Amino acid sequence: MIRLRVNGVARQFDGDPEMPLLWYLRDVLEMTGTKFGCGAGLCGCCTVHLDGTAVRSCTTPLRAAAGKSVTTIEGLSAAGDHPVQKAWKAANAPQCGYCQAGQIMQAAALLKAHPNPTDAEIDEAMDGNLCRCGTYQRIRAAILIAAGGKA
Amino acid sequence: MRRIDVSTRRGFLEGMFSAGALVLGARVLRPSLKAAPGAWSPSVYLGLETDGTAILVVHRSEMGTGIRGVLPSVLADELEADLSKVRIEQALGDKKYGSQNTDGSCSIRDFYATFREAGATARLMLERAAAALWKVPASECKARLHTVVHTPTGRTLSYASLVEAASKLPVPKKDEIKLKPTSEFRYIGKDLPIWDMQGIVTGKAVFGQDARVPGMVFASIERSPVFGGTLKSYSDAEARKVKGVQQTVQLEHFKPPHMFQPLGGVAVIADNTWSAMEGRKKLKVEWASGANASFESGTFKTGLMETVRKPQKAVRTIGNVEQAFGSAARVLDAEYYCPLLAHASMEPPAAVAEFKDGKVTAWAPVQDPQAVQATVGAVLGIPPENVTCHVTLLGGGFGRKSKPDFVAEAAVLSKKVARPVKVVWSREEDVRFDFYHTPGACYLKGGLDAQGRLQSLLHRSAFPTINSTFEAGAEYGMDIELGMNLIDPPIDIPNFRAENGPAKNHVRIGWLRSVANIYHGFALSSFLDECAHAGGKDPVEFLLASLGAGRKLDFADLGGKYWNYNKPLAEYPYDLARMRRVIELAAEKSEWSRKRQKGRGVGIAALRSFLAFVAVVVEVDVDGSGNVQIPRVDFAVDLGTVVNPDRVRAQFEGAAVFGSSIAMLGEITARDGRIVQSNYHNYPVMRMRSAPRETRVHIVQSTEPPGGAGEPGVPPMAPAIANAIFAATGKRVRELPVRKVKLA
Repeated sequence: MIRLRVNGVARQFDGDPEMPLLWYLRDVLEMTGTKFGCGAGLCGCCTVHLDGTAVRSCTTPLRAAAGKSVTTIEGLSAAGDHPVQKAWKAANAPQCGYCQAGQIMQAAALLKAHPNPTDAEIDEAMDGNLCRCGTYQRIRAAILIAAGGKA
Repeated sequence: MRRIDVSTRRGFLEGMFSAGALVLGARVLRPSLKAAPGAWSPSVYLGLETDGTAILVVHRSEMGTGIRGVLPSVLADELEADLSKVRIEQALGDKKYGSQNTDGSCSIRDFYATFREAGATARLMLERAAAALWKVPASECKARLHTVVHTPTGRTLSYASLVEAASKLPVPKKDEIKLKPTSEFRYIGKDLPIWDMQGIVTGKAVFGQDARVPGMVFASIERSPVFGGTLKSYSDAEARKVKGVQQTVQLEHFKPPHMFQPLGGVAVIADNTWSAMEGRKKLKVEWASGANASFESGTFKTGLMETVRKPQKAVRTIGNVEQAFGSAARVLDAEYYCPLLAHASMEPPAAVAEFKDGKVTAWAPVQDPQAVQATVGAVLGIPPENVTCHVTLLGGGFGRKSKPDFVAEAAVLSKKVARPVKVVWSREEDVRFDFYHTPGACYLKGGLDAQGRLQSLLHRSAFPTINSTFEAGAEYGMDIELGMNLIDPPIDIPNFRAENGPAKNHVRIGWLRSVANIYHGFALSSFLDECAHAGGKDPVEFLLASLGAGRKLDFADLGGKYWNYNKPLAEYPYDLARMRRVIELAAEKSEWSRKRQKGRGVGIAALRSFLAFVAVVVEVDVDGSGNVQIPRVDFAVDLGTVVNPDRVRAQFEGAAVFGSSIAMLGEITARDGRIVQSNYHNYPVMRMRSAPRETRVHIVQSTEPPGGAGEPGVPPMAPAIANAIFAATGKRVRELPVRKVKLA
């Protein structure tokens, strides 16, 4: 039996502990905000916070989340008003939107560690999050908005 | 609240109306909708509830262009709707909406006028209803933000209070409708946020991968690694031992031509996606590989290059190029090659389908729900109208999701297992079983006069055609492929010939964002740059000179057969004066003539595609190790009328990245008929660090009819990058991707 917290709610799971956290969230808990993109930790669509750290849920087996606290895009803020979410809106950042949950979770973790990130720190933190629509310029702008508290 | 819910009721409006038809009045509502008395649907794209809520039906798919908000905003503008009282509903697949194929950058240009007329018609009827109630002339009544104002007295009536009366009025004739003057536009031409923003930033937006219905099972499918291969035998003993796996199901092989049929294979049905995928890995399958087992992409490329070195079928001839080459002061030629590409949109294909009582209901991220109806209907032998397709958001499409093979897989499986089925493609399947962007080989030869002016041009191409998807064995390009910068270059010179050679397909070929413009545009714009340098001219000056007098090209020599993206040349002329303006604007905004530091260079490319005129200047920075960075991109674009400038800018910002991926990174290869690449580690796409750092989009103000926005930014990117690399290093890139070229 694996016990963990997801967005503050205590959960337990007695299925295969090797199941990636991604599929537990999506198929078992039916929380589909966290996206499947590559299944191999290459694209960042599935980024969630595990005890506050950004991780790829598609390569995180559920056993590695045992006893830990998971935050997903659904739990980032109660009303969709986390500074990063507000900044995303201010920059009109998304296009198709599919990767954006992962981008937002990654950016939120970045800003927690570096409240005023340099361009290089943004590159470093965000390089693992692909966007095929090509919204990188807006994402960078949104991160700077969030950092400046201007959203 | 009484309301019409078009997302769950197919019979929102009875009958079938062509695009542009204005269907008015409650009389068209089905009897079953009597639960909503008084609700009024003045067009297939508009319903007004009795509380005044305007339901705007968007029949085009949202894959990132913002169309779900942009197209309804056109109707809302003419309707004088208050956006806080608007609800947007995604249309089911139904031919009454006209084409729903969200492809070819045509949603605005094909439906702009229709949506304006629909809104203006309803506005006029609401004004007339108010006039009747007040017993005043309709000319004294003016709609304004969900109310009608009696202008002499300032009295107002809300739309809610007018719906019933308006719905009983006769439908105005088209010549009674007055469209707004541009100066009164409320939403058209303004930056509006994307409609689905809140859902996207909170994770609540529903994409195809997120669709779920009660009782559904999950499927993962093993397919032949070689296109056209067939199943010999398989064992599922190990697969069935995986926890959560329920059963395996064999899927029939497609019958040529493959069109959008499922490829066939073996499906593992399970309680959840992961179990299905794990089970599939444990299948032991033997395939008969068939005719494509010897496909090797390198050998294939060699063959394509040989094809374009020899004379081929002439598809356009102006003047006499051979004679002109004979008398030219300088003749040069060059060969170019663009490889196979995969779409690799962030959301791999997925669909949910339920087969029940001879009918199918599907939920899927598709660019064309009517293609779902046709394909599922054909595969299952049921009428298309017995297929209901709900369109979710698309996590990118780029052309891949106009082919609904994955929806048909779900439908077939649902019939076989008698439960709703969700098919989830892995990234590896997405990369290995795509409808690929075709590889293209081009040969160009140009003749310059003593002043370095282009006087003659030959452009010859060969590529496996998209038509091979619809007609087994097709080897020559279709008109639409040839009319993407092979026969229609943006130049005006006395001697020109275009030729097209044959090529066989060995994988499924489809369209990818900007299609044949990618290889034709890369070759053409690269070669024009080579000609400029060969003649000692500045590339911008050379391009401007090649436009001649800046006339409108008439294509009279083709007897009117130029497809012009399905629009008449009279309405959408090929206007070289507009091309001139974007070239000049791009040069100005990019500070083209400014001297750059060592290792830096600028390149320009200017192409017309999807009825848009686009010039782009790319600046590159090539370091001592040959690594290329793209610090800046300046697009100058003339798309005619622009509905939402912010979304147009976004499309070009995205095109800079997509085009950079094509130029720098993208390549699918095949060995023994099998696709070598499988995921983003070996099919890389642009990441933030290496993507263009700053893309600036300069939009020409225009009242011309709207052109495309989603695709036209892509074609000039690769040649502009290659031309910039030449400016920076003196090295000419003639084959993509650039990452394979040694620049240091």
